[in-house]
Amino acid sequence: MCLVYARGRRKALRTEVFLDAIELTLLNLLPDDSGLVVALKGGRRFVARLAALGFTPGARVIMVRNHGASPVIVRVLDTQVALGRGQAERVIIRKSA
Amino acid sequence: MHNHLRAHPHHRPPEHSLEQSSPREPRKRLSIALAGQPNVGKSTVFNILTGLNQHVGNWPGKTVEQRTGTLDHHGLVLDLIDLPGAYSLTCSSPEETVTRDYIIHERPDVVMVVINAACIERNLYLVAELLALPAPIVIGLNMIDVAKQEGFEVNPEVLAAAIGVPVIPMIATKGIGVHELIDAAIDVALHGPSGEPNRPEVREDHRQVLAELESLIKGYVPDPYPQDWVALKLFEGDREVIDMMRLQLPADSWEPVQSILQAHEDAMLAVASGRYEWISRMTRAALKRPRSGQVTLTSRLDRYATHPFWGLLILAAVLGITFYLTYSIGGPLQSWLAENVVGGLARWFAVVLSSAPTWMSGLVVDGLIGGAGLMISFLPILLIFFIVMGILEDVGYMARAAYVVDRFMHVIGLHGKSFLPLFLGFGCNVPAIMGARVIEDKRSRIATIMLAPLVPCAARLGVLTILVPVFFPQHATLVSWLLTGLPLVVLALMGMVLKRIYLKDEDNIFIMEMPLYHVPNARTIALFVWNQLLGFLQKAGTTILAMSIVIWALSTLPSGDIETSYLAQFGRLLEPIGRLMGLGWRPMVALLSSFVAKENAISSMSVLYNVSQDPAMLSQALRADMSTAAGLAYLVAQMLFIPCASTVAVIKQETGSWKWTLLNILFLTLLTLVAGILAYQLGSLIL
Repeated sequence: MCLVYARGRRKALRTEVFLDAIELTLLNLLPDDSGLVVALKGGRRFVARLAALGFTPGARVIMVRNHGASPVIVRVLDTQVALGRGQAERVIIRKSA
Repeated sequence: MHNHLRAHPHHRPPEHSLEQSSPREPRKRLSIALAGQPNVGKSTVFNILTGLNQHVGNWPGKTVEQRTGTLDHHGLVLDLIDLPGAYSLTCSSPEETVTRDYIIHERPDVVMVVINAACIERNLYLVAELLALPAPIVIGLNMIDVAKQEGFEVNPEVLAAAIGVPVIPMIATKGIGVHELIDAAIDVALHGPSGEPNRPEVREDHRQVLAELESLIKGYVPDPYPQDWVALKLFEGDREVIDMMRLQLPADSWEPVQSILQAHEDAMLAVASGRYEWISRMTRAALKRPRSGQVTLTSRLDRYATHPFWGLLILAAVLGITFYLTYSIGGPLQSWLAENVVGGLARWFAVVLSSAPTWMSGLVVDGLIGGAGLMISFLPILLIFFIVMGILEDVGYMARAAYVVDRFMHVIGLHGKSFLPLFLGFGCNVPAIMGARVIEDKRSRIATIMLAPLVPCAARLGVLTILVPVFFPQHATLVSWLLTGLPLVVLALMGMVLKRIYLKDEDNIFIMEMPLYHVPNARTIALFVWNQLLGFLQKAGTTILAMSIVIWALSTLPSGDIETSYLAQFGRLLEPIGRLMGLGWRPMVALLSSFVAKENAISSMSVLYNVSQDPAMLSQALRADMSTAAGLAYLVAQMLFIPCASTVAVIKQETGSWKWTLLNILFLTLLTLVAGILAYQLGSLIL
């Protein structure tokens, strides 16, 4: 799955067919892609913190930065939030137009 | 369980307010709490209302800053309390616990909630939580100028009508709307809310279970907790409330509650979704969002500030400019203060006290002025450093800096949020360690605190700039840079070790809002700087003053001759260790005295080499006593030695643990010895 974002947009588009069966996480979004939150994986504290920032099922997220080993920056509810890669991986999403 | 909150100063009538009230007619007091999520300009509102009339302390038993203030308003006395910034009230951070405990147990007359008009929906999440608590609220809709600039259109009247609580539009940085907010709050506090607010409910599919839960706990909820709130928090899976109710309920009633909670472990998301449903209903008519794709100021700036390459370059430039400003303006100011003000004072007292007994002029000139004066001369450097930091923080840049460095901080086991506190350490380690509070995870916070003393503070660097030219007149700049880098290299190595043995991967949670950029507010920055400096003066001032007198006394007693003083006797005990580093008893004592305050190293040397009257003689005396290798060893030791007494006190305060404090001292002492000995032995071979 890591290859998908590392190799850039074209590669990501080509593999999308297969990814439908696999769980997508925030890490799979490329900059300017948007997605809808499906679920949060983690303990109650983690879920509560993310929910308070706007990450609830159905919420629309737009990727702003996603490169290398840096945290991602996503736009959610009119705010930009930086999430460590470990945390971003626990936000399950579905791609949307 | 919450008795500690009762001891709050706010509920003891402060003495000064008794003086103010007229003897005939005691004035009415109202308690007003100020709540809000981070980055909404809440502190600005608090600062405008209270000005310097505020008290900064800690919440009892917590390392969370507490700010209180009193103000007179149209014949009323208002006790204002600034609740810590919190995204929600789910008890996942000490800030959130403090906020909800305060409202439940202290029942303020009214809560003013400040929300950011540029991200209303997320900000209303806290409002949704506050509406479940037993205090009336008024909403301050702040930053309407920023919202407009970002393309939002908000109608406060429509929002107020929807929620059913007053909504006051504000631009706090310009003072607009702040007094209207307080008037609205007073109105609600005196006459009660005008009607029942519109409260959020849980998502429809969970309502029945919640009602069932509430009926099960009916009659068992202790005062002063609201029953429906306790049910909701149980449902959310709130640890603290679950523990409380387990003790309150008889075992056979607890069982059905527990089985409901187990069956609905995911209820947190249902509750949160219910809140957002409520929020979208509340804002449907009141909020018009910008067309998507509109490029805002913040996203334009962030294109560079968070860029993997440009972001680093910008950060390097920002740090460079910070240091340049601090030392190019602060440095000369410091020398000027030391020479003219402190030196002048010392000379003046020497003349005035010339007929007084020698011990008295010694005490005043060498002890008092020598110690406290040096500390005062560091104020310009700290002042400028904190002004720059305050501006960077207020503009919103610091979150970007934390983001950009995050991947590098991971190498040493920390994350981006540790960067700001560590950077503050270049000014003074005390605010650095207190600044580590922004890190939520305990282990990461402790690791940051343990590493912070290895950031060379202004005082350590000050000693460096004085002593390096003495031993390395030809290569002063190069040697200074190497010596500054040394503790930072040790910091990185230590971080890697801590990462292996102490930090766990799951502790390294990085969740951070990137606030919108906005024009800095002079008042906010001024108060930030004022509080930092006041903290430095109070913490450092008292210990430094006391200790410089003690050092002076030890160096004078019993005979008045330093060569035979108690201090010299003690220093000679250390000579065997010192010899390994090429150091005689005088530099050893100077090193030890730097425990009081780093800058003491110089003043102690002046006393020990008996050149107090003429500081210029110090370099000659030092060169006569120490070889270049010994000088190097001394400088290395000085850079790595245990931090000053005030820093140690703050380490104890913030870790709440003697174990960590002593471990830190022990480690740094050993490190100093090893590095000092190595520096001397290697230096003797090369230099």
